[in-house]
Amino acid sequence: MSIGVMLVYGLLGLIVVITALGMLTSRNAVYSALFLVLNFATVAVLYMTLGAPFIALAQVSVYAGAIMVLFLFVIMLLGAEHITQRSTGRGHRVLSVLVAVALLAEAVIYILFRGAGVEMAALPSLPPDFASPAAIGQLLFSQFLLPFEITAVILLSAVIGAIYLTRRERQAAARTAAAEQPAEKPVEEPAEKTPIY
Amino acid sequence: MPLSYYLILSAIMFLIGILGVLLRRNPLIMFMSLELMFNAANLAFVAFAAYHQALSGQLFVFFVMTVAAAEVAVGLALMVAIFRTRHTIDVDELSMLQG
Amino acid sequence: MTAETLFPLVPWVVLIPLAGILINLLAGRALGERGVGLVASLAALGSFAVSVLLAVGLAQQPEGQSLLLARWMSIGSLNVDWAFRVDTLSVTMMLVVSGVGTLIHIYSIGYMHDDTRHNGDPARFRRFFLYLNLFIAAMMVLVSADNYLMMFVGWEGVGLCSYLLIGFWFEKGEAGLGNARAAKKAFVVNRIGDLGFLIAMFTMFWAFGSLSFGEVLPRAAEAAPAVLLAITLFFLLAVTGKSAQLPLFTWLPDAMAGPTPVSALIHAATMVTAGVYLVARSLPIFAAAPAAQSAVLWVGALTALFAATIAVAQTDIKRVLAFSTISQLGFMVAAVGMGAVVAGMFHLITHAFFKALLFLGAGSVILGMERGHERHAQAHDGHHGGFDPQDMRFMGGLRSRMPVTFWVYLIGGLALAGVAPLSGFFSKDEILAAAEQVSPAVFVVLLIAALLTAFYVARQLALVFFGQGRSEAARAATESSPVITVPLGILAALAAVGGALNLPGSHLLGDWLHHTVEPLVEAGFNPLTAGIALVIALAGLGLGWLLYGRSPLTRAEEPDPLAVRLKGLFTWLRRKWYVDEIYNALFVTPYTRLSQMLAGPVDQGLIDGVVNGAGGMARLLGNLGRSLQNGYVRSYALIMLVGVALIFTFLLAR
Repeated sequence: MSIGVMLVYGLLGLIVVITALGMLTSRNAVYSALFLVLNFATVAVLYMTLGAPFIALAQVSVYAGAIMVLFLFVIMLLGAEHITQRSTGRGHRVLSVLVAVALLAEAVIYILFRGAGVEMAALPSLPPDFASPAAIGQLLFSQFLLPFEITAVILLSAVIGAIYLTRRERQAAARTAAAEQPAEKPVEEPAEKTPIY
Repeated sequence: MPLSYYLILSAIMFLIGILGVLLRRNPLIMFMSLELMFNAANLAFVAFAAYHQALSGQLFVFFVMTVAAAEVAVGLALMVAIFRTRHTIDVDELSMLQG
Repeated sequence: MTAETLFPLVPWVVLIPLAGILINLLAGRALGERGVGLVASLAALGSFAVSVLLAVGLAQQPEGQSLLLARWMSIGSLNVDWAFRVDTLSVTMMLVVSGVGTLIHIYSIGYMHDDTRHNGDPARFRRFFLYLNLFIAAMMVLVSADNYLMMFVGWEGVGLCSYLLIGFWFEKGEAGLGNARAAKKAFVVNRIGDLGFLIAMFTMFWAFGSLSFGEVLPRAAEAAPAVLLAITLFFLLAVTGKSAQLPLFTWLPDAMAGPTPVSALIHAATMVTAGVYLVARSLPIFAAAPAAQSAVLWVGALTALFAATIAVAQTDIKRVLAFSTISQLGFMVAAVGMGAVVAGMFHLITHAFFKALLFLGAGSVILGMERGHERHAQAHDGHHGGFDPQDMRFMGGLRSRMPVTFWVYLIGGLALAGVAPLSGFFSKDEILAAAEQVSPAVFVVLLIAALLTAFYVARQLALVFFGQGRSEAARAATESSPVITVPLGILAALAAVGGALNLPGSHLLGDWLHHTVEPLVEAGFNPLTAGIALVIALAGLGLGWLLYGRSPLTRAEEPDPLAVRLKGLFTWLRRKWYVDEIYNALFVTPYTRLSQMLAGPVDQGLIDGVVNGAGGMARLLGNLGRSLQNGYVRSYALIMLVGVALIFTFLLAR
């Protein structure tokens, strides 16, 4: 494998990691979302290298497109770019990072030395119509018909649920508001507000 | 490239997603971290599908994507609902689960 | 009427008093005081009538019979029945208990009428008679039992009644607790003796496989000597508890806290003689264990002397009689210890007559003093202060104020002192004669006790009835009503002629009892010992008269003439040789301390600590678990992640 190809892969991997970390550390939720879009796009490129063009395009359109736009929309709607951040317990943070690193180390060790894919050093040459939309469609509507239909039901119920959750019950809301107005409990304010991070 | 390249990359993405859930208080960013973890899993699926030459792995990615989309829809709707009643979506303010 | 038709009546000696209880319990409120007293007295009288019928039956068939009422329990080889024994010994006891009991019931109608009013709670009149009937029933169970376990039921029953009646005015006494303490003391001390009874029974069952008189007593000599010694010594412990012998006699003086009829019936005439009856009944066992016999003999003799010395120095009219009772019980125990059962039973009967008479007479005196006190208090717009109607130092001159009481008391006192021809002379003489045959040392000890007996009788008579009144109450005392004096008269007659039961030459009682128990010592009448005893008695009386009667005290504050002569020793006598103090220091105080230690540091500290600690641990763990549930989703996620990492580590390391 040429140095150039190695470099390209290395660069792709680097972009994936950096954008993920960027999502994690951005103080502004909008930046996080944008980093994530970039991350998804890069992963889509990786899908291409794995002989999955259909998935890659779906990734770009569904994830990087639709879902992230939805995210941005909600962020803007709620004005949740800046959540006041009370610093959570230091112990919690340290422990989280330590466990995560330990788990990562374990995963890497497993992948490199123990896993079933250890011998698979190179991508085998795939047949030209390996992941063509036709092949995928054929499989989807034959062997995976039942899961496919269930997925449809899940999506439908998600839609109904989302509508139900966000529906504003005008009369009921007005009634409860009128009834609870005098005895309304103040929302518990955080003891102190520290700047967001 | 060896399979381990994709798998390690997938593991790194997954762990970053976990850290996002654990460290951030903005539920939107926690959701994004979840999406990142889904993606890490998807990457592993696609890689295995290619290396084993089994198309069903790619199909699984479809299912994951649809479920993720459903989850995001419900999750964001929940968040809007919570914001309406509590006027905040800071997860550390939402500690009614305590024993 | 033949014996076959009479003997089956025996359960009624128990059932009639129980019926009296039932009637008084259900209808007592409606009957009123007179009705309650009448029902209770009739119940006792019914019991007496049945006893008389049994005696009539026994006259035809002297060997008696044992009647099975019901099987009580049958466990393995242990068979215990509710069975009654009709023989000359048990019927003698029944006659004494129900006879004296009936008289005391009648007396109590008058006495308790005044006493409940004096103590301010007339509603307890009925309760008193319920207890009294219960006592008669329990005592009848005790004496009519055909086996040791049934006897133990009666033994415990009379102990219970004793406890209830000593504490009859439980809220009175020193610091409002004195009577309750006295009752508790009697109960606890009796428990020690009862434990002896129990252990003796267990040993007996182990050795003989039965508790029935009919099976055990004929085979008594078969058992190993060590076993017999254990049984008899534990029985002796029971006797010292119930009959107030050394070293467990301390409860009886305190038991005088009960109303006077109780002192007369339970703590003089009947219950305390249960120990004597036990030894008499178990004589074959004691006969097979000579060491235990001499132990019983010496316990009795020493108690007789010891209690007599204390009685000499007491000032409370009832306490003198209490120690006198202990002393006389010592005579009886010594007698049955020697094996002179007839002498012991004879003295038991005569003692029941004259000591009940003395106690009831003392009760009459106390009532007279109280009436005098009240009359005087009304006349001088009442100063009630520190008046003790039982203190002999405040009495004096009652001979003229209460003539009937004086004469009956004089008869009782002289009978107790052993002056011929009153009953006490004959019975005591038989004991002395038997002692003279068995052991000269015991004879001497008992003679000294007899001397002291006569002395304190003279002292009491002089202090109470002679001289002049040493308090306003004594000067204003009046004679009691006929309901009190009539039973006193009957008892006085019995005390005077009771000796006829076993007159020298006739041996009526001796022949009667021979059908049941064979005495080991035949104590015939011995003119020499009789003469000595009479001289001793008269000497004691004379000595007492010399000290107290010749120049009577004029004021209550004057020192006792005996105290002037004996000085320090008198204080020892008055304080009962400090036995109570020694027991307190040796047993009661350490026990109380131990109890406090167990209650405080051990129970509240250690045991409660363990329990509370267990609760605290659970709470701590709960709080620990609770702090995990802090409601923060991210904490839950972290914990889940830790779990995943651990599982992964395990898989990796496998």
